[in-house]
Amino acid sequence: MTLLQWRTRGESQRGRGRPGRGPRGWLPTPGVIAASLFLVVLMAAVLVPSLFSPLDPLRADASASLDAPSAEHWFGTDRAGRDVYARVVHGARASLGVGLGATALALVAGLIIGVVAGLAPKMIDAAVSRSIEVLMAFPEFLLALVVIAVVGPGETGLLVAVASAAMPAYARVARNQTLVVRNAGYVRAATVLGVPPWRSALRHIVPGTLGPLLVMAILGVGTAIVSAAGLSFLGLGPAPPSPEWGVILSEGRNTLSTAWWVAVFPGLAIMAAVVSIGTVGRHLKTGGAVA
Amino acid sequence: MPPSSPDGGRAAKRVDTRRSASQTSLSAPPTSLVARALGRLGGMLLVMWGATTAGFIALRAIPGDPVDVMLGVTASVGESVRQQIRVEWGLDEPPVVQYFTVLGRLVTGELDSYQLRQPVMTVIADQAMPTLQLTGLALVFALGLATVGILLARLPALRPMVSTFELALVSSPTFWIGLVLLAVFGYQLRWFPTAASAGLPALVLPALTLALPLTGIVSQVFRQGIGHAESQPFALTARARGISDVRLLSRHSLRHAAGETLTLSGYLVGSLLGGAVLVETVFARQGLGAVTVRAILGRDLPMVLALIALAAAVFAVINLLVDLLVARIDPRVRMAG
Repeated sequence: MTLLQWRTRGESQRGRGRPGRGPRGWLPTPGVIAASLFLVVLMAAVLVPSLFSPLDPLRADASASLDAPSAEHWFGTDRAGRDVYARVVHGARASLGVGLGATALALVAGLIIGVVAGLAPKMIDAAVSRSIEVLMAFPEFLLALVVIAVVGPGETGLLVAVASAAMPAYARVARNQTLVVRNAGYVRAATVLGVPPWRSALRHIVPGTLGPLLVMAILGVGTAIVSAAGLSFLGLGPAPPSPEWGVILSEGRNTLSTAWWVAVFPGLAIMAAVVSIGTVGRHLKTGGAVA
Repeated sequence: MPPSSPDGGRAAKRVDTRRSASQTSLSAPPTSLVARALGRLGGMLLVMWGATTAGFIALRAIPGDPVDVMLGVTASVGESVRQQIRVEWGLDEPPVVQYFTVLGRLVTGELDSYQLRQPVMTVIADQAMPTLQLTGLALVFALGLATVGILLARLPALRPMVSTFELALVSSPTFWIGLVLLAVFGYQLRWFPTAASAGLPALVLPALTLALPLTGIVSQVFRQGIGHAESQPFALTARARGISDVRLLSRHSLRHAAGETLTLSGYLVGSLLGGAVLVETVFARQGLGAVTVRAILGRDLPMVLALIALAAAVFAVINLLVDLLVARIDPRVRMAG
């Protein structure tokens, strides 16, 4: 369970009718439109960063060390004289990549574990469920730290750690949803008609559990971006010169006394990305497009 | 895993197993207080055991020699000395024996850290105070700020501003909030010291950093809870009796909204520990968070296991307190329990 998911849980329990059931609820608000546009821009930055900044994010320039934001360097320069704007733009790929990749990994792993537990004999189900509860007793960030201690720091380690920390929540929802779906009439009908169990699981149970998981996953991308930034801030992610939002932030920590801009702008990028993902995600959720 | 042919009885049993640990305590049939307390204690010990066991297995699976951890990477020591250390620490025993040794020493408090060469209990006791001060003050700040946010949001003109602010807080990485506070109030305005050794004034910014995301989420959930309570028939009845807005809030809506907020707070207080890891790094402070990072980076197995057990215990205690508080505040839960 993450902060953003708690948020929406509280929201969905609001008693003002059933939001989104009518056509009115589907109309995007200006906030949703702005958030969607920002996400489109962000995806463009991920795919073609040079579109936004022609400068090389790694090119050091000793004569331009720690320059304040100006027309030439919109977000200023860091200690080595690298352009912070270029670094933030180019960092979108690594940061969003980890966010999306880890969420996808967590979703798939959680789905498999949850569905298997939901269909397995009671003993196995109980063992898996207790393990998930133990994992969920820890804050995601601590869990990610322990995992990275095992798999080792670096880009792959970061991806695996963030995914493992998010996975238990997906597994729990998938398992509970499986228990509901497996008793549904159409699944029983399939069994009676002689559909093999594995086929029934793939054709009927997995699609039935996917809806709630996808909604979780959209909001989970935001949480994953924040977790990944935190881990690479501690020096557990990509190696320092490479542009990644958490790495830039940790460089910014060292120059904070004289140059605020190195630390402020990548954080703003993270916040804008997470706010946009959350806004669009909640809109999709209440609009009934996914769920 | 193929499903067996569904028959009615089995399906019914299945649905019965769909209870998470937290729900069990609320929906279980009324039993004696002692039995319930023992059940909670047993569950807590089980979680601590499971977590440390998983940690042991995961950390033993790491390739590498614990002796390197103890000596440091740069040390050049002969094989005979290494073997001597292994025997001394019981590292030449089979993993199963090591597991039980470690678990036994953890229970009796005799487990020694690889890196620091002193009992893990001593390290935790020494470092707990700074972290407790930090999280304690953060909790006070969060409650105060959330109250301000809730009261401000009762004015319709300010509501959009409050909710935008909440969204920004909830969506920002905790440590970035710390960096911004440090840059603005530490280095630019110089209102607060930037060195961790400066006592209480140095605690303000880190505590505020931890508190702000918490504030955002608590005030959001609380406001929604109040909104929900005030859309219920009883609120209309109370208003029709001519009750004032303040009295409606203090007598009725608050109690309704408090339940869910408290449940959430239990989770959030626990996540303060996770936040402390980053905040102590940002502000270069001492504490359990800093110890955790060092232990994980250094692969200090005993230290990590002790911290895992501690975290599990803290969570269990907080959840217990929250359940008791919710039952006190919300009569509906009390009846059900």
